[in-house]
Amino acid sequence: MPLELPKEKWTGKIGEVVIGALESEGGTRTSKVVLGGATSLPFLSFEGEYPNEPPIGMEIFDVVREDYPEVARKPFEDVIDDPGKWAKKCVEEHGADMICIRLIGTNPEEENRSVEDAEQTIRELKEAVGVPLLVYGSGDEEKDAKVLEMASNVLAGERCLLGLAEEDAYKSISVASMANDHGIVAFSNLDINLAKQMNILLTDFGVKLENIIMDPLQAGLGYGLEYSYSVIERIRLAAFMGDKILQVPILCGTARVWNAREAFKEDASLGEAGSRAILWEATTALSALMAGADALLMRHPDAVACVRESIKGLTGGGEQ
Amino acid sequence: MALTALDIYKKLPQTNCGKCGFPTCLAFAMQLANKKASIDDCPDVSDEAKELLESSAAPPIRLVKVGTGDNEIEMGDEVVLFRHEKTFYHPVAFALMVDDDSPDIESKVQPVEEMRFERVGQELKLDMIAIRSKSDDPAKFSSAVFTVKEKTSAPLMLISQNPAVIEEALKVCGSDRPIIHAATKDNYEKMAELAKSSDCPLAVLGDAGLEELAELSKKVKEAGVEDIVLDIGMKPLGKMLQELTLIRRFAIKKLFRPLGYPIIMFTQGEGLSEGLEVALGTMKYASIVVMKETDRSFVYPLLTLRQNIYTDPQKPIQVQPGIYDLNGPDETSPVMITTNFSLTYFTVAGDIETSRVPSYLLVADAEGLSVMTAFAADKFTADTCAELIESCGIDEKVNHKKIIIPGQVARMSGKLNENSGWEVLVGPRDSSGLPKYLREYSGQ
Repeated sequence: MPLELPKEKWTGKIGEVVIGALESEGGTRTSKVVLGGATSLPFLSFEGEYPNEPPIGMEIFDVVREDYPEVARKPFEDVIDDPGKWAKKCVEEHGADMICIRLIGTNPEEENRSVEDAEQTIRELKEAVGVPLLVYGSGDEEKDAKVLEMASNVLAGERCLLGLAEEDAYKSISVASMANDHGIVAFSNLDINLAKQMNILLTDFGVKLENIIMDPLQAGLGYGLEYSYSVIERIRLAAFMGDKILQVPILCGTARVWNAREAFKEDASLGEAGSRAILWEATTALSALMAGADALLMRHPDAVACVRESIKGLTGGGEQ
Repeated sequence: MALTALDIYKKLPQTNCGKCGFPTCLAFAMQLANKKASIDDCPDVSDEAKELLESSAAPPIRLVKVGTGDNEIEMGDEVVLFRHEKTFYHPVAFALMVDDDSPDIESKVQPVEEMRFERVGQELKLDMIAIRSKSDDPAKFSSAVFTVKEKTSAPLMLISQNPAVIEEALKVCGSDRPIIHAATKDNYEKMAELAKSSDCPLAVLGDAGLEELAELSKKVKEAGVEDIVLDIGMKPLGKMLQELTLIRRFAIKKLFRPLGYPIIMFTQGEGLSEGLEVALGTMKYASIVVMKETDRSFVYPLLTLRQNIYTDPQKPIQVQPGIYDLNGPDETSPVMITTNFSLTYFTVAGDIETSRVPSYLLVADAEGLSVMTAFAADKFTADTCAELIESCGIDEKVNHKKIIIPGQVARMSGKLNENSGWEVLVGPRDSSGLPKYLREYSGQ
């Protein structure tokens, strides 16, 4: 007797957000990515659509902090002081689908780079690579208002993502994103209600839901990963069960892996630091995908490569 | 899916005779549904109804035990698809695969016996050894099993589809409750007999789809084997995820007994790919993952993932908030503050101990989150820190009002100073900088 498979009939569908604009669309990008579109839990193609393979973006900085871990620095040693070259290497040698630049050097508490300097960086980045771009400020509200306004203008027509919009700092970034039809990354910290609230705040302010990507905070392996895992699962399930305001693609980053010394410190009892750190980042990324992330931001090329291979294996799931 | 009172009522005699102690059959059914009465109290119930009610009370996934004594491993008995719905109870067992024709079998299995990690107060290790008969020679296999058994007390899995090979090995380790792997559609009668006579769990292997697997597990059960483990065989990763998910749903949502057993999964790739297969099985419903690699840099992150996924969502791993004395502090000693995530506490306390500078460490209740996560999630703020400084009684222990905060949360200094009246010093960004920082501080 054939078994009747226990399939879920979800009513909700995750919206699709396109990042990057080709020349024919008024931009200069040579590729674009589509985030979202799912009507099934990750990779369960037997009961719904999972139409877009999650793209993997790679993260770079305008200025690299002195204490940036050696393992993450090493693959880019020759280019790490030049964001344009760094991005180019990510794309050409490591197949990055997107580049996210974090302009931490503009923070007044750190290097306090000027908006003009940041503009130069963004212009170089735009020339250096053809993939879609994400531009993140430094987390200093006042400075970010100016920096992201600049980025929005310099990248007008390119259809980027600007980030991060936070509960108490979302207005100026929303204005910057709406001014040139860019998307926006709405950050919330491990809280499904706040994730929802962020989308409500943004749409009330005038941002269209189809321009929003959620970042619900991906904690690193060993440092609260289980919270992220469950929050993302709950967001995704709520979206499928019909909560329209949560039917928005989710973007997760592995940045916090590179804050957790346990992942990359020299300690023979935990095995060689390099391979440990790479698996640490890859595992964190895979957990985000299994929970429901539609796109990833990562750092180490080897971790990127093996997560990409896993995605290929998972999307080749076949029929049931 | 438990039976409702109405489902149960339909199976009762419906005579309202009152012999069970309740006035009507419906009242009795309601008590049964709430598990407040026993079906044995009804003298007239049919055998068929009794069996149905008893089996519906069994857990959706059978609890299967492997090994004996201190090394016994429990698997299965899970009740949810998503950990936030309750929790995942029985952590996936990590098993190391060795071949019987391997020349250095002793050194290969050594990591299972010797590799131990201490992480946030828990001991992490590999759990099992799976011995595969490549030789297909009963004598060779049982001698390999003997060698492994001498070397370690970890539970074993015996891998061969040849009943003669398994039978010989059971003479060596049959009383240790190893898993027998595997019964297939060709050999299940003999394998079931071996499992039954040795009282060992039996894995059933059906790689031609879930129907075949369910058929096979039914036959094995009919042959008298209760403790069954399911193996879907080697599949592409996507197929693997789908079948693992379907089995879990069949068991929990449909109470489909033939698939209501723990699942075993074998890795296929190498290096990082193998690592991510283990990670997938850990998150998505495997009860045993059999792997080949034993490098510490490989095993440790995966054990950490298992620890994370199997943490009870209602009880994160944390230490008691309060004042911790390190290196024998006095009234002039520095005061630091951090969060109650146990890993954060152990790291910071370890670095303070390294410095040998007598210190007080205040641990704030940040719901078991690390400093950066808690700060981002508003669980470790100027307000909560000020409250702790005021309430914990540290002002009676020291003659100064200086508090050192983690460098990563420098942004809260102004507000904390305002709220607490304490002078706020910004410590190093990473706790590894504490020894240097504290030595300079105490030298001032």
